[in-house]
Amino acid sequence: MDLLYKIFIDPFIQMGTAPDLLLQTLWDGLVAGVLYSLIALGFVLIFKASGVFNFAQGIMVVFAALTLVGLHEHGVPAFLALGITIAVMLALAVGVERLMLRPLVNQPDIILFMATFGLTYFLIGLGEVVFGSEPKVMIAEQLWLPRGAIEFKMGANGFVALQKIDIAAAVIATLMVIALAVFFQSTRIGRALRAVADSHKAALSVGISLEQIWVIVWFAAGLVALTTGIMWGARSEVSFALEIIALKALPVLILGGFTSIPGAIVGGLIIGVGEKLGEFYWGPLLGSGIESWLAYVIALIFLLFRPQGLFGDKIIERI
Amino acid sequence: MFYREAGQYKTTYAADLAVFPLRQDRIGIAVIIFIAAVIIPYFGSGFLIQAVMIPFLIFSLAAIGLNLLTGYTGLLSLGTGAFMGVGAYACYKLTTYFPDVNIIIWVIASGFFSAAIGVLFGLPSLRIKGFYLAVATLAAQFFLSWCFIRQPWFYNYNASGAIEVPTRTLFGIPITGATATDNTRYYVVLVIVIAMTWLASNLVHGRIGRMWMAVRDMDLAAELIGIRLLRTKLLAFAVSSFYCGVAGALLVFLWYGGAEPAVFDVNLSFFILFMIIIGGLGSLIGSYFGAALIFILPIVLRYLPPRFGIPVQSATVEHVQFMIIGALIVFFLIVEPNGLARLWQVAKQKLRVWPFPY
Amino acid sequence: MRLYGALIGAAVAAATGLSLAPASAADGIYVPLFAYRTGPFAGSGTPIVNGMADYLNMLNERDGGIGGVKLIVEECETAYDTKKGVECYEQVKSKNPVVINPYSTGITLQIIPKAAVDKIPILSMAYGLSASADGTTFPWVFNPPATYWDGASMFVRYAGEKEGGMAKLKGKKIGLVYLDAPYGKEPIPLLEALAKDYGFELKLYPVPAAEMQNQSSQWLNIRRDRPDWIYLQGFGSMNPTAVKEAAKINYPMDHLIGNWWAGGDDDARPAGDGAKGYLSLDFNQVGTNFPVIQDILKYVVDKGKSQTPKDRVGENLYNRGVLNSMIIAEGIRNAQKVSGKKQITGEDMRRGLETLTVNEARLKEMGAAGFAAPMKVTCKDHNGHNAAYMAKWDGKKWTKGSDWIQPIKDKVEPLIESSAKEYSTANAGWPKRDEKCDM
Repeated sequence: MDLLYKIFIDPFIQMGTAPDLLLQTLWDGLVAGVLYSLIALGFVLIFKASGVFNFAQGIMVVFAALTLVGLHEHGVPAFLALGITIAVMLALAVGVERLMLRPLVNQPDIILFMATFGLTYFLIGLGEVVFGSEPKVMIAEQLWLPRGAIEFKMGANGFVALQKIDIAAAVIATLMVIALAVFFQSTRIGRALRAVADSHKAALSVGISLEQIWVIVWFAAGLVALTTGIMWGARSEVSFALEIIALKALPVLILGGFTSIPGAIVGGLIIGVGEKLGEFYWGPLLGSGIESWLAYVIALIFLLFRPQGLFGDKIIERI
Repeated sequence: MFYREAGQYKTTYAADLAVFPLRQDRIGIAVIIFIAAVIIPYFGSGFLIQAVMIPFLIFSLAAIGLNLLTGYTGLLSLGTGAFMGVGAYACYKLTTYFPDVNIIIWVIASGFFSAAIGVLFGLPSLRIKGFYLAVATLAAQFFLSWCFIRQPWFYNYNASGAIEVPTRTLFGIPITGATATDNTRYYVVLVIVIAMTWLASNLVHGRIGRMWMAVRDMDLAAELIGIRLLRTKLLAFAVSSFYCGVAGALLVFLWYGGAEPAVFDVNLSFFILFMIIIGGLGSLIGSYFGAALIFILPIVLRYLPPRFGIPVQSATVEHVQFMIIGALIVFFLIVEPNGLARLWQVAKQKLRVWPFPY
Repeated sequence: MRLYGALIGAAVAAATGLSLAPASAADGIYVPLFAYRTGPFAGSGTPIVNGMADYLNMLNERDGGIGGVKLIVEECETAYDTKKGVECYEQVKSKNPVVINPYSTGITLQIIPKAAVDKIPILSMAYGLSASADGTTFPWVFNPPATYWDGASMFVRYAGEKEGGMAKLKGKKIGLVYLDAPYGKEPIPLLEALAKDYGFELKLYPVPAAEMQNQSSQWLNIRRDRPDWIYLQGFGSMNPTAVKEAAKINYPMDHLIGNWWAGGDDDARPAGDGAKGYLSLDFNQVGTNFPVIQDILKYVVDKGKSQTPKDRVGENLYNRGVLNSMIIAEGIRNAQKVSGKKQITGEDMRRGLETLTVNEARLKEMGAAGFAAPMKVTCKDHNGHNAAYMAKWDGKKWTKGSDWIQPIKDKVEPLIESSAKEYSTANAGWPKRDEKCDM
């Protein structure tokens, strides 16, 4: 009885008595969710266009952020460094396409997956050789990202604090998603991308250049990685530990589907809010720290009912 | 020249169906076992045995386990690390409760616990496939890791939260704990790994193996010819987790000699998965090749430069080594996407018809 | 065909590389340093090992080693990874190291049982297993100057003093934010015991390793519970994230106290001004204002014999590395005295460490007056439970934030004794101490 009370009633009483905490939890969940969506988006873009499950997405986040901060440390002005970093991500995309994807064209998914693991190792080494492995401070101010917080008073001594950097993150991520969506919906390259996602062979036969598409999606994933890197870097620091953050995108992927951009966004928000609420209100019952697997369990349960994910296409199989 | 089948006539069906139909292969295997069992322990340094051979064998065993699931049955799993952890913790709990029973029995028995957990988390495999399944098995990975960290029952409520390995003996000789010599532990691991490889070889060449492969190649078609999907897939999960569980128990009891839960994190799962991809999916020998490449190559890269008198700062070596390993992995995949096992087969085929190209 | 040639070549090279026995150390005392300059924790690992290597190299340059014997300093990279740690251990073992500094809780836990068998002392300076301070059960393991339990008790003592007496702690809430791993969990048993004695309420906030940089739920919980004091047992990028999150919820920084591994310059710097007033336990002083650091600059760094950038000499973790090497060096010196030999073995080193006394006078001789609290290690007590102080972040660097604080010894010692006993019973066949004690 006591347990049932703790599971079903007590959390809601807490929500009612401290609405500021509830709002704060929701806000924190949303912010985390936006950032998860952003990482998931990087995965989805590449998976859609080339069927590659990009293990290196996490290290691309680190690498992009590290390049940005590292350049700034060497005296390059912040926005020039940003420009150079974008150029580096483009170079990376071209390099990956030339040296890795092209020779491996038409191989099974799992081989390409493995190749991105090789890429991960390579980027770890490269980042450490060039910029060293010490953590660095993100140059948020130099990039005109706001600091501080907006606080709303609630009740006697409750408050909800919205960090300006989080608001900026949400706005930038939203803008980025809209830009990508517009780009892939209504430009020629976007149509080509969707054609490639449907069928490589058919796309090739109507004269779409696979190589070009791959460079574009890897570059887009690189940009997404850079944005993620700046945002997470500003929340903590730029170090190789940031790589772990990419794992948070995986449950988002099963929830939203590997091939759906709206799925990645909605999935990210659901996971972000769900896991913060779960950890905050129900976590203490289980001894806390349940955040690390709660997202997967939410996704797994969901998957049992909708194996293709939230917005994924229904899979029809025949012999 | 020497690798010819000329003159070897098969007079029974059994002989023709043998796993190693060529006499040279059988001799080769005998030589390898001889080297592993006699030459290495007698002439190898402690470093070779403790830091290279024991972990290599254990990782090979885990790779075989995962290969049964991913390579033979086509179910991608990223929960290997956790299943290994289940084995290790089961063995730890069992030997705490029943210290008098021989530890080897518990090492093997811990595999059954792992198998049960594997079946439980294998249930979604009926509905979901491919990378979706891989990510779903991550649920097992993270949930079990959390259990090992947050549920004190698993580590006997001790203050450090890590598991330690008590000294246990076999015929009066210590085989676990700090007093066990490198060679004893090596022999125990070697015997278990060889026996389980032999078992796996029989499994995959028999009816069960064929069922698995039918499911891998097309599960719908397999279902139509009368293979029960649920049972077959769950069996694959059970056997695979059994192997991983034993490997996990060996890892802690005969190699590390104590472990914090972080040992069984998601990186271990990736580590084993990459071994089987680079070694060759659906190949037992490939599991060994993969373990060798992923585990031993970095060690060689670490210790070779100083041997040849190239002075380097340790950090730089480490950084450059990462780049080299990454590049080598991509290189091997481009050269032979089907893994080192395939390369091995091609080499054997070439030898067979040498000096003619075909 | 060429490919196969290359493959065979590689295999042969690999085989020769592994089969050659590692070259045994030439004349000199071999001191391996386990380093982690790579990996997610490189931020802490690099300055520590820089400090350690620089001090030992300085002894070689300035004094020609210790007692006329050169020190052979060699790094082995562990990347804070247990697998590589085992590899490093096996690699250095055959070269007769006098002492091993594992620099990772995981690696320490693994080699503790091996130390007695291989006769190599382990020096885990203020990390590893707290219980290993018990010299009767762990003759080969040393963890001066203080254990995590001492650290936690100093925190409680400090909090009590600020509240106006230990009795005032009654009814207060104390929070522990910790990395959810054996390292992070270490202080729990002691804080629980103290909570019972002093009547405060202990709140636990574990941070899973995968969520180190994503701590908003933990800090929401803290906002709900409003603990009066918070002790931070974090590591790596968990620390700057925690400090930032604390600033976000307007937690008073002078009530947030990190343990000594949460006190790197990189831990506080990312939070910038927000971290002003953040306190961290510390047992070594910061800065270059000590003759010993000046000697390092003069003999090693300025001559380009170090990997340390000049402006990072004197940082908190760098100086901690120096202190670690000072303990090693004093151990060696003492071992030479006790054994009467110049070229000492691991066994001699154990005796040297067990009779180690570094008093004010000796610190002054070493050019480190006031650099650390005097320490004393005995055969029974491998730790000494020495004092530490609070370092305070002023927004740019660490400064001294309090006087030396003594641990609550009478609470720590019984706990060490009982958990050491527990350890030896859990590890059936744990050897009884038969190493003789030097007086």
